Amino acid sequence: MAVEVQGVSLGYGGAPVLDRVSFSAPTGTTVSVLGPNGGGKTTLFRALVGELSPIAGSLAARGRPAYVAQTERTRLDFPVSALDVALMGSLAGGRWWLPARGSDRRGARSALGRVGLGAEANTRFGELSGGQRQRVLIARALVQDAEVLLLDEPLTGVDRASAEHIEELFGELRSEGRTLLVSTHDMDSARRCDLVLCLNRRQVAFGAPGEVLGRETLEQTYGSEIVMLDEPGQPARAIAVGHHHH
Amino acid sequence: MEVLDLLLEPWRSGIGRRALVEVILLGLACGALSFWVVSYRLSYPAESLGHGLLPGLVLAALAGAPLLLGAFAGVAVAAGAVALAARDEDIGTDTATAVVVTGLFGAGALLALAPSAPARLEELLFGDPLAVSDADLIVATALLAGGAIALLALHRPLCAVALDAGGAGALGVSRGWTRAALFGLLACTLAVAVQGLGSLLVLALLVAPAVAVGGWGLGPGRAMGLGAGVGAFAGIAGIYASYHLGSAAGASVALALCLTAAAGSGARGLGHLRRSVAGPDPAGSG
Repeated sequence: MAVEVQGVSLGYGGAPVLDRVSFSAPTGTTVSVLGPNGGGKTTLFRALVGELSPIAGSLAARGRPAYVAQTERTRLDFPVSALDVALMGSLAGGRWWLPARGSDRRGARSALGRVGLGAEANTRFGELSGGQRQRVLIARALVQDAEVLLLDEPLTGVDRASAEHIEELFGELRSEGRTLLVSTHDMDSARRCDLVLCLNRRQVAFGAPGEVLGRETLEQTYGSEIVMLDEPGQPARAIAVGHHHH
Repeated sequence: MEVLDLLLEPWRSGIGRRALVEVILLGLACGALSFWVVSYRLSYPAESLGHGLLPGLVLAALAGAPLLLGAFAGVAVAAGAVALAARDEDIGTDTATAVVVTGLFGAGALLALAPSAPARLEELLFGDPLAVSDADLIVATALLAGGAIALLALHRPLCAVALDAGGAGALGVSRGWTRAALFGLLACTLAVAVQGLGSLLVLALLVAPAVAVGGWGLGPGRAMGLGAGVGAFAGIAGIYASYHLGSAAGASVALALCLTAAAGSGARGLGHLRRSVAGPDPAGSG
């Protein structure tokens, strides 16, 4: 297993913000993590990268997972180029006190090329579109060469071209044997994943999309934030209100 | 020849020469560091520590001990007191800092104004680059060398945490340690630079250069280099003004730094105005 989580409860000093979570992600799979804002998705990711210790239970991931933040959580006024950001991935190899090596630079350029932004290497990160910034952060994770990637709402606020590029890239990464945990509010995107984990301050459900993405589970996951779009003979469809609509 | 004489004259006396070398060394060290002080929004903590270390300076002056020792002790006490007060979540960090720093500053002034105290309060508050000794220059040189090594070593973690603290943590870069290292460097720099510009004016060295060069899209390395140049240039300009106009040296340096920052800020404002008057780029930048 690439990710193994057993009976984990997580919090920030008070009551747990995420309680009793247990799931495992086989190597080379994509797990969609669904849940409302404040439901515990980012908290789970913080624990998986080692920033947060569990109150109870245990969790393990193969290697050091890469974390791709929402671009809204990055400082757009900080004057670094797309290449500088991709190059930050090489910090995972240690040697933080030394300048980046030539091989690191070549790796960063290659990663930018892979996300379709080779020509934007010298453009300031804050001047790129939301989708391009997301792709640069994915390039940083590629430079890190992690076996497990944690992507925090990578398609939120992203233009269609970038979204297609990102989803195509997810397929490539999976075929390379990397495991992706993708937090999202997008039901259609979740349906295309191998597994779905539903969180709302606790684990609501975990399993294949066909088993998990039913009306009852989605209502338990999103509560009043969900609007069901029932069509006879079709799988349950829903929109998470207040999030990115699809 | 007259202009050349004006330029060379301060260098001909030992006092003027030492003052110029001191402000060049401090300008280079603080000018480079100022980029990170502004990027990490540490201007207020820097000002607080600069004011809060006054009791340490005064006690060192009263005891006849080196001011540098007093400055280091003062910074340590001020930082500890601020950290302790900030634990009271009911009043908030800013308020706690303001109360502690004002208290420390008042205590320092009280000590310095005691009848038995030597009349040095003015120098401790506003600095006096003309009074620096060879030992001060050695300490400033050590600060510049040590600061340069620290900034080079910390460059990549500082960039990673400044851009995206959560992502940096996943790369194995501790945001807590990175911030603590920067804060430690800031405290050491304050303790040394306060000898030249005093407790009240030292902040100018740690903020004005970054303000002068910020907003032009320069990367961190270039912004630090240019900030160092601006710090040294404004320091020299201040000493020249003091020498030829007979003004207080510390205040002249601080004023030159602030004028440089204002000039940079004004130029940026003009640039924005020109772009808004010209309207959007017809070619479209995407």
